Amino acid sequence: MIVPEFLTWIENTHVATAIRVSTWLFPTVETIHVLSIVIVVGSITMLDLRLLGLASRDRSVSELHREIIPWTWASFACAVVAGSLLFSSAATKYYANTPFRLKMMFLLLIGVNTLIFELGTFRNVKSWDREKRTPLGARLAGGISIVFWICVVACGRWIGFTK
Amino acid sequence: MTLPTFCDWLSNTPMSLKIQTVLWIIPAVQTVHILCVTIVMTSMAMLDLRLVGVAGRQQLMSRMVNRFVPWVWWTLPILLISGSLLIIGEPSRELLNPYFRAKMLMLLTVIAITLVVQLRNLKDSTFWESRKLLAGCAGGISLLLWIGIVTAGRWIAYY
Repeated sequence: MIVPEFLTWIENTHVATAIRVSTWLFPTVETIHVLSIVIVVGSITMLDLRLLGLASRDRSVSELHREIIPWTWASFACAVVAGSLLFSSAATKYYANTPFRLKMMFLLLIGVNTLIFELGTFRNVKSWDREKRTPLGARLAGGISIVFWICVVACGRWIGFTK
Repeated sequence: MTLPTFCDWLSNTPMSLKIQTVLWIIPAVQTVHILCVTIVMTSMAMLDLRLVGVAGRQQLMSRMVNRFVPWVWWTLPILLISGSLLIIGEPSRELLNPYFRAKMLMLLTVIAITLVVQLRNLKDSTFWESRKLLAGCAGGISLLLWIGIVTAGRWIAYY
């Protein structure tokens, strides 16, 4: 199946049609999407600020990581489900939309950044767990994460102002 | 002067006309607004969930209040400024909108609750620790109000 046909198929599913036709479903799913993103960005920023040595400096990185990341993942899952539902309602339109594509690109880059951090710098966290000044790799990961998440939010908002 | 005439007047001021005609201003200001909402909402959610007793139970309530409430007071002014710019740009879209009014009402209520939580804690750092039920009510109502504020904020666009 090629892309345009797949997108049309998505749009014609019962769920997608229901969201498109209803007056209240889209804003409701969108509200859930926004609330989820708010918690994703807010929680991950707390960890990022710790990695940068700008906040929660008296707390160990691994402890903060253990407390925060489950909330981040849970909200991220909600954001993905709600976002997919929004996408389905006008799949062809969103697929061709530049800010939407940029948003997906930034999400991908965040994924790569997270993977490098989790499999690299974070593995020997025990040796810098309580340091106020974390290793360069950790500071880079935190800074990149904050900047890219701001881009995700900006692109997301921008989608609403394009056709 | 009635509110609709005020909206009319405001939307014809040079500043409003500028916001209306420069296409990137509103999306940019909304982005700043939402990013600030993430800071306030997460800080409050962390504190509220602690007050309710759902998360962060190994930490003292007074420490959580001192840790998270300042973020709210520092971010709120940026929210008020960015929100005001959005009102100046589209006065009738906001001021005559029931969702906007509900949002402001919930905001004032939650600010009052947050002030009480902070001031009581300032006077006596064991105040909330020793009143679990009251703390739970304050945290629960505050969290629901913040969810309501974000929801109403998003629904302004659909009135």
